[in-house]
Amino acid sequence: MVMEADPFMLIEGMTIAGLAVGATQGYIYLRSEYPIAHQILNEALAKAEAANLLGENIQGSGKTFHLEVRLGAGAYICGEETSLLESLEGKRGLVRAKPPLPAIVGLFGQPTIVNNVLSLAAVPYILAEGAKAYADYGMGRSLGTLPFQLAGNIKRGGLVELAFGLTLRELLEDFGGGTFSGRPMRAVQVGGPLGAYLPESQWDTPLDYESFAAVSAVLGHGGVVAFDDTVDMSQQARFAMEFCVVESCGKCTPCRIGSTRGVEVIDRIVNDENREDNLELLNDLCDTMIDGSLCAMGGMTPFPVKSVINHFPEDLHKPVTEDMAS
Amino acid sequence: MLQHFDPNKDYGTPARVSENLVTLNIDGVEVTVPEGTSVLRALLKRTSTFLNCVPAITWKHSALAVSAQWKLKVAAAPCFLYHTCRKRHVCYYAEQQAGETAPQHHGAVHLRSPAGLSDLSSNGNCELQDVAGAVGLREVRYGFEGNNHLDAKKDESNPYFTFDPSKCIVCSRCVRACEEVQGTFALTIDGRGFDSKVAAGQDDGFLASDCVSCGACVQACPTSTLMENSVIERGQPEHSVVTTCAYCGVGCAFKAEMKGNEVIRMVPFKDGEANRGHSCVKGRFAFGYATHDDRVTEPMIRDSIDQPWKKVSWEEAFSFAAGRIKDIQAKYGRESVGGITSSRCTNEETYLVQKLIRAAFGNNNTDTCARVCHSPTGYGLKTTLGESAGTQTFDSVMKADMVMVIGANPTAAHPVFGSRLKRRVREGCGLIIADPRTTELVKSPHIIADHHLKLRPGTNVAFINAMAHVVITEGLEDKEFIANRCDNTAYNKWREFISEERHAPEQTEDITGIPAAEIRSAARLFAAAPNAAIFYGLGVTEHSQGSSMVMGIANLALATGNIGREGVGVNPLRGQNNVQGSCDMGSFPHELPGYQHVADDAIRGRFEASWGVTLDNEPGLRIPNMFNSAIDGTFRGMYCQGEDIAQSDPNTNHVDQALRSLDCLIVQDIFLNETAKYAHVFLPGASFLEKDGTFTNAERRINRVRQVMPPLSGMADWEVTMALSNALGYEMNYSHPSEIMDEIATLAPTFKGVSYDRLEELGSIQWPCNDAAPEGTPTMHIENFPIGLGNFAITEYVATEERSTRKFPLLLTTGRILSQYNVGAQTRRTPNQAWHDEDVLDLHISDAEMRGISDGDWVGISSRAGDTVMRARITDKVQPGVVYTTFHHPGSGANVVTTDNSDWATNCPEYKVTAVQVVKVNSPSSWQQNYQNFDDQQQDFLKQGRESVSQ
Ligand code: SF4
Ligand code: SF4
Ligand code: SF4
Ligand code: SF4
Ligand code: FES
Repeated sequence: MVMEADPFMLIEGMTIAGLAVGATQGYIYLRSEYPIAHQILNEALAKAEAANLLGENIQGSGKTFHLEVRLGAGAYICGEETSLLESLEGKRGLVRAKPPLPAIVGLFGQPTIVNNVLSLAAVPYILAEGAKAYADYGMGRSLGTLPFQLAGNIKRGGLVELAFGLTLRELLEDFGGGTFSGRPMRAVQVGGPLGAYLPESQWDTPLDYESFAAVSAVLGHGGVVAFDDTVDMSQQARFAMEFCVVESCGKCTPCRIGSTRGVEVIDRIVNDENREDNLELLNDLCDTMIDGSLCAMGGMTPFPVKSVINHFPEDLHKPVTEDMAS
Repeated sequence: MLQHFDPNKDYGTPARVSENLVTLNIDGVEVTVPEGTSVLRALLKRTSTFLNCVPAITWKHSALAVSAQWKLKVAAAPCFLYHTCRKRHVCYYAEQQAGETAPQHHGAVHLRSPAGLSDLSSNGNCELQDVAGAVGLREVRYGFEGNNHLDAKKDESNPYFTFDPSKCIVCSRCVRACEEVQGTFALTIDGRGFDSKVAAGQDDGFLASDCVSCGACVQACPTSTLMENSVIERGQPEHSVVTTCAYCGVGCAFKAEMKGNEVIRMVPFKDGEANRGHSCVKGRFAFGYATHDDRVTEPMIRDSIDQPWKKVSWEEAFSFAAGRIKDIQAKYGRESVGGITSSRCTNEETYLVQKLIRAAFGNNNTDTCARVCHSPTGYGLKTTLGESAGTQTFDSVMKADMVMVIGANPTAAHPVFGSRLKRRVREGCGLIIADPRTTELVKSPHIIADHHLKLRPGTNVAFINAMAHVVITEGLEDKEFIANRCDNTAYNKWREFISEERHAPEQTEDITGIPAAEIRSAARLFAAAPNAAIFYGLGVTEHSQGSSMVMGIANLALATGNIGREGVGVNPLRGQNNVQGSCDMGSFPHELPGYQHVADDAIRGRFEASWGVTLDNEPGLRIPNMFNSAIDGTFRGMYCQGEDIAQSDPNTNHVDQALRSLDCLIVQDIFLNETAKYAHVFLPGASFLEKDGTFTNAERRINRVRQVMPPLSGMADWEVTMALSNALGYEMNYSHPSEIMDEIATLAPTFKGVSYDRLEELGSIQWPCNDAAPEGTPTMHIENFPIGLGNFAITEYVATEERSTRKFPLLLTTGRILSQYNVGAQTRRTPNQAWHDEDVLDLHISDAEMRGISDGDWVGISSRAGDTVMRARITDKVQPGVVYTTFHHPGSGANVVTTDNSDWATNCPEYKVTAVQVVKVNSPSSWQQNYQNFDDQQQDFLKQGRESVSQ
């Protein structure tokens, strides 16, 4: 949205950030799935350069900042900051161990700050209107606004930019208008494919990072996916592991192998093979992945799985059904 | 300090030197280490009962530097499973006796690909298995039915190691070893997630990939996925001995891992100061020649070279040899015999051979193979800097900001140094390559030279003068260094000379073929760098102006103030393992050990007193003079130890004629080499594995060579020389090589402080080692030069007589490749043949097209000296007008073509420039046919000799 509709907000934010940390080169790492954003960004960059808002000696200030768009190659893990850097360097998107932090040794060995569009795009507003104006939005330590993406089984899907602090239920009901199917809503996944599934009892949690963390969930980038009561939560748990199988960068064992074993263990549970032992094993596996993974990919995959174990245990005990994935 | 015999302590990374100290808390104890120290080293500082487990720490962790905020617990780390733990930064498993195993380790070990622990067959060489044992894991919680990689195919393409992906845990250590240590980037992890796997090249197997078989990945692998074939076949080694590689001048230290008297594998020694735990394919894998069936282990004699060999006892061989030498001397005079020492043998052995020649033969007709490679280095550096040796350590390159490589191909000929240099270049160091060919350093993964100065063969001096001209005329010289450290009279003279317009790049452009702008830009880069170092090889020395070029290089280093500290210097990349040592040991006809001139009465007096003989005060014959005198009939007997002059010296036809003229040729070698086919006495030699002694590498580093197995012939080389001397009537009496070193220390001032005890204590010593520098001298000329002030030498460019003509329009240059070593006597008898089983002629497509030659055609190469035939390879690595070949295989006759042109000062042959013509042919040359006949005959004589009954 920002890139396509107001690219200069991002360019300005990045330029300011660059000047703030003394960087002379910035990169926008864009997924290849957004050709229009790519085109618009490039045009905007050309215009900014022509106007000397970028490049050498910006507006006669003596300061330099170059900005470039680089395309990713379709790996989810390249959203992780260090694997993003690897990918920018032209390598396979593989997570780096930290330390050293990118701010010390980052792109091509140089100190690098990596931020998302949301943060950088907020910069011009904060500088123009003052920190107070920005802090007036939101609550607690989560200040400002977040564009929530309503999707899944929801009547009115789409983007809603809101200050932090609203409850999840308000978002789902007031803005989303309930399920699309009209059936009762049963579970909501917040924060993308690695976010936990929230049962109705948690829908009054305010939408801010800290409150979500307190219930073992994540707000992440604000993705909200709703499910009605026909959902089979065991399949959702399995899906989380499967997603990790596909997207794991493969660097560390818990994620690379754990996700595959996770799918297998869940299948055994659903098939009622040694259910109790396998449930215990699944729990241990989740702990191993959380404690032992190198990055959030493997570290967060257990979140949706655990939320299913904790909040929807009945689905793991259901008799075998026809649509059981093989 | 005797850690050199401690086989099991693996610190992972070298010690860091830093003024900043970091204090961290390990198990509640404060440990202070220099900044940059790896976590592993820090852990080892804290003595712990769990040290045995520490090698399990990951490659990643072994390089991960400590940070003051960390609290560590001492113990091992199965981190190849995780790389890092988000909770603790460094994984540890708590003291298992206390039953506190961190749960995630259990989890991870259970998860190990492909299916649990049961299949960890590993010859007891699997760190994962060790960890599983240490944390007490026995069963596999996830079962065996799950998805796995158990049926992944083995890759057995590499002759030395096997890759069995069914055991791989995808820890990436191998990939990192290939990238960070070796710098070849042959490996990658292919695929994502569960399908991630190690792939060589484009997944086309190790042999077909860019892999240079350095073995770093095999060493790094914590499981038995990558494993030496020798270990698979013969099982785990049982004990080990630290010794030194006998191939190139890098002088890598190795742990020879043994089972009984059999070497199972060679593992680069982490504490080796020259190699820092790395190696190349030759040193690590190509040692099988030592036990090859071709080894000749019994003495043999014959009256003439047209006769079969006859096995004899040692006594008979000595008395036969001594009798013949004495007869010759009685008939033709004291000067009619001489000898050649070997750069392949130890210092002690070399010293004895020259001593035998000077004391027992009574003349100075001693020379060595350094004649044909680095004699100009000796001459040139002695004249300018005052010492015949490189000025730095290899470590020094890690402080260079700019490196100029002239006429050297380190990634092939000095591979471990090549990897080090590449690492420095990846860290941002500048790189200038002066070479007629496009070598790997010009462009390879993550390496691009700032300049490739593609000069015409034979125009080195014009090139280096142009570089210096730019520095001086553009005012880029280091005025302070010149004023304080250099002889100003010499400088001013040189300055005037070099400023002359005729040395300007614009003027030399037509000579060298390098565009003037490129020289200017390269010279500016070189002069501007805070630390600029020059490394050079035989492309500098093996020319008619070899000595001038060495002096030109020294001039440039002096003028830019790049001498006397780390990161700078003039560094000859010595070819052979002990070429520095053989020169140091007095192998040259004019110099006694320690580069002391024979004409100096005081010096000679000291040697005479020690040796109890009168020494000749006239320099003796150099190798080319010996050949000429042999053909004249005045030189008739030769003792040649461990050198194959028949194959390695230029103009083979001439050498053949000379050797056939000898009445007595005594060859001491491990094989019946090319020279031995002309010999009358064959004394079996010992391979490096059978030797006790020292080698001196290109950094002047004296490394211990330790006996790994007893000499196959029953006698060590030094014992053979001693016995021959005694038979000649000059008594030698040593009971161990250390006594020979003790004698050297009393006679050569630069070796004064060297002894075997000191070597055990210090690991290795870089000479000069004396009262002023009791621990040796890593960097030379720090305060002043042995000659006081640095000397600028006038280096006038004189074009070689060897130039392209209508008859011979192409310039041939020769070199070597990674997998073969020099004349190939050793490497041809190993599976290294897989990479290079014949010498080929590289030529540019335009030259090939003009002659109707296609890739793989047989071509005849002729020069004014002779002609030979080999296969053509079309490449863009050579420029039009230049052709290139190697000389690893005797039958290819590369040196039939090279001429007897040589360096004006030292007679070092001009191997690097020969005017030739190349034409398409369909049969071997007449030389090759004759060679084949002669070889067949001599092999037959050898066979008869082997079958003869010793008397
Ligand atoms: S957790 Fe997964 S994605 Fe992250 S580093 Fe490990 S394998 Fe890669
Ligand atoms: S042997 Fe050396 S070059 Fe070959 S893959 Fe292993 S590390 Fe790389
Ligand atoms: S081959 Fe060895 S070093 Fe390489 S990833 Fe597999 S287990 Fe690790
Ligand atoms: S040949 Fe040279 S680089 Fe290779 S292992 Fe031996 S000494 Fe080291
Ligand atoms: S880093 Fe290896 S387990 Fe924590």
